Amino acid sequence: MNRKLFSFPGGIHPPENKLQSLNLPIQSVPLPKRLILPLQQHIGAPAKAIVNVGDQVKKGQCLAQPQGFVSASIHAPTSGAIAEIADHEIPHPSGLASLCIVLQPDGEDSWCEAQPIADYSAAKPAELVDKIRQSGITGMGGAGFPTSVKLSPPADSKIESLIINAVECEPYITADDMLMRERAAGVIEGALILNHILQTRETLIAIEDNKPDAIAAMRRAVEALSESHNSQPHNIEIVVIPTRYPSGGEKQLIQNLTGKEVPSGKPPLHVGIVVQNTATTYAIHRAINHGEPLISRIVTLTGEALNKPGNYETLLGTPIEHLLELAGIDNQQLSRLIMGGPMMGFALDSTALPVVKTTNCLLAATNTEYPEQPPAMPCIRCGACAEACPASLLPQQLLWFSMGGELDKAEQYNVADCIECGACSYVCPSHIPLVQYYRATKGELAQRRADLIQSDHARDRFEFREERLAKEKAEKDAKRKARAEAAAKAQAAKKAAAALEAKEGGATKDSSDAKPPSDKEDVVAAALARVEAKKKAKADAAAKTQQQESS
Amino acid sequence: MTILLAILALPLLALLFGAILGYASIRFHVDGDPIVDQINAHLPQTQCGQCGHPGCRPYAEAIANGEDINKCPPGGEATIEELANLLGREVLPLDAEHGEEKEVKMVAYIREPECIGCTKCIQACPVDAILGAAKQMHTVIVDECTGCDLCVEPCPVDCIDMLPVETTPQNWHWERPKPSVELIATSHQPHRAEVLS
Repeated sequence: MNRKLFSFPGGIHPPENKLQSLNLPIQSVPLPKRLILPLQQHIGAPAKAIVNVGDQVKKGQCLAQPQGFVSASIHAPTSGAIAEIADHEIPHPSGLASLCIVLQPDGEDSWCEAQPIADYSAAKPAELVDKIRQSGITGMGGAGFPTSVKLSPPADSKIESLIINAVECEPYITADDMLMRERAAGVIEGALILNHILQTRETLIAIEDNKPDAIAAMRRAVEALSESHNSQPHNIEIVVIPTRYPSGGEKQLIQNLTGKEVPSGKPPLHVGIVVQNTATTYAIHRAINHGEPLISRIVTLTGEALNKPGNYETLLGTPIEHLLELAGIDNQQLSRLIMGGPMMGFALDSTALPVVKTTNCLLAATNTEYPEQPPAMPCIRCGACAEACPASLLPQQLLWFSMGGELDKAEQYNVADCIECGACSYVCPSHIPLVQYYRATKGELAQRRADLIQSDHARDRFEFREERLAKEKAEKDAKRKARAEAAAKAQAAKKAAAALEAKEGGATKDSSDAKPPSDKEDVVAAALARVEAKKKAKADAAAKTQQQESS
Repeated sequence: MTILLAILALPLLALLFGAILGYASIRFHVDGDPIVDQINAHLPQTQCGQCGHPGCRPYAEAIANGEDINKCPPGGEATIEELANLLGREVLPLDAEHGEEKEVKMVAYIREPECIGCTKCIQACPVDAILGAAKQMHTVIVDECTGCDLCVEPCPVDCIDMLPVETTPQNWHWERPKPSVELIATSHQPHRAEVLS
């Protein structure tokens, strides 16, 4: 097409290595013995399990509900019994364990009742977004941001363009390529649904020019759409962009297609654009038109340690060892197992880990293919990293700040805008692990922010407590004072009454001329009388009891 | 005549500016001491009292009145540096008299079966992070706990443990790569300190 393309700064051309996994069509995977479903496969709050151990579940049944707005639900990838809800290692760079639901398949693979939306074009956008949320769809390109959140822009924002990110710029990965070759119509259908939700002026499907088959398949699908939907004009356009890593980065893609730069720290929404991944778009089509939640995805299995590299349609939760066996793993050859691509992926130290929503590729690399990083040498200030940086940062400056732990400086130099693409490390002639430093610095900054929030919170609580204690003390003091005052008053009243009585008594004495009385004597006499009476009563009581005892 | 005018003009101007300044000092009066707030913002807010003051704010007030800035073990070196920058004072090493800087953040946990419900820890907690009532089991709200240790001492049955904060995939982050200094042949030599010892 003759659309004007823009560009983005930096970028590199690493060996693509995509052909290995393109020889076979999408393969199906037999049911594994166990499925392990982490409750957190997305950015945001983990989902909350709504099933118990021992429950029988159907394929597609919801197992865990989202907690909060930024969260996603988890569904049963097949029918079976819940074997366990416990901590299990998850595919995460930390290698830590997290809460997982373990499902024991019963082999029947029987669906629960699917509830598709019959005609999405008649449905309200909010209803469709809710269905997408209920289907547990998250970004399947790598980050795993819940899709429904991206599709719920604030009411005052205007979305002009929808971009379907089918760039797949990272070497080795071909999952989206294969998806478009075989299921182009589904992707287009998903794009139409997204367009209906967002009502954008244009829908751009961006594909790198190293995927001619996918481009042809997608163009055919769009043409077929134009012919069949004669009454409804669509605004889908296939845009072919030059191959350059990382052109699939969200901000880079937007800049490449529209020339607009997304401001630092702001979402693409800020410039009126929503970007969705191809696999996510296809999952939306399955959810809306077929009522299928997100329970499987296409995973590229590649690397020289595999005999049968290709793309496998895998149920979420499938243990990686099951897949590797299927693809003919040569354990002698395997030196490193990587989830994601060679640029942004992370090494796994176990094959018992499950496939999750963001697992687009498993790279079983041999030692010759993915050799150990040579030791880092001093920086020679060649500036190659700055030229390669797609975010126009200053990688050298950031390296000094990161090495020295100068978090404030690193923040000032916008380390937060680093997309961790690894282009700088790739070009560095001294083999300095630049991106690893930035990643650590970003983590430290996030930690510091969290600590600051917590300390502010602690201060508020401390001050509130002080205030409360002061208030309690003041209240107690006030009460004590009030009591003392009341007592003093009562005393004064008594005195006054006594004085009055004395006066009156004096008056009567004066008038009646009786025997001169003395207050004191009176009181003493009265007390003596009382004591006498008491003694008598006691003696009486004692006598009574004695009588009773004797009788 | 001119000299009289000049003499008159100066006091008039002085009066005018004086009035402006006087008005400004009332109109833009700042309640409290802003420097105390600034110092307080740099303190870690554990409210542990290891500095000898009953909480972070009192210590901030003391610092503003000239007390040393090196008495806060939870803040450690980083806080001392920040305070030194803020106040233009010299960076001092942490005063060991008040305790040592801990490597990891700790939180209190109550061994619940052993708790007798005496409420002593509740009264000691500076941030109201312990929940319970007399003769009822108490528990720590872990998210609110600052790890100040103040509840450990008053417990008559010693059922409070200080445990390090658990690393989860949510709060985990990458570590900095270790610099490969061993690349240079001379740096293979043992460190001088090791040789001497």
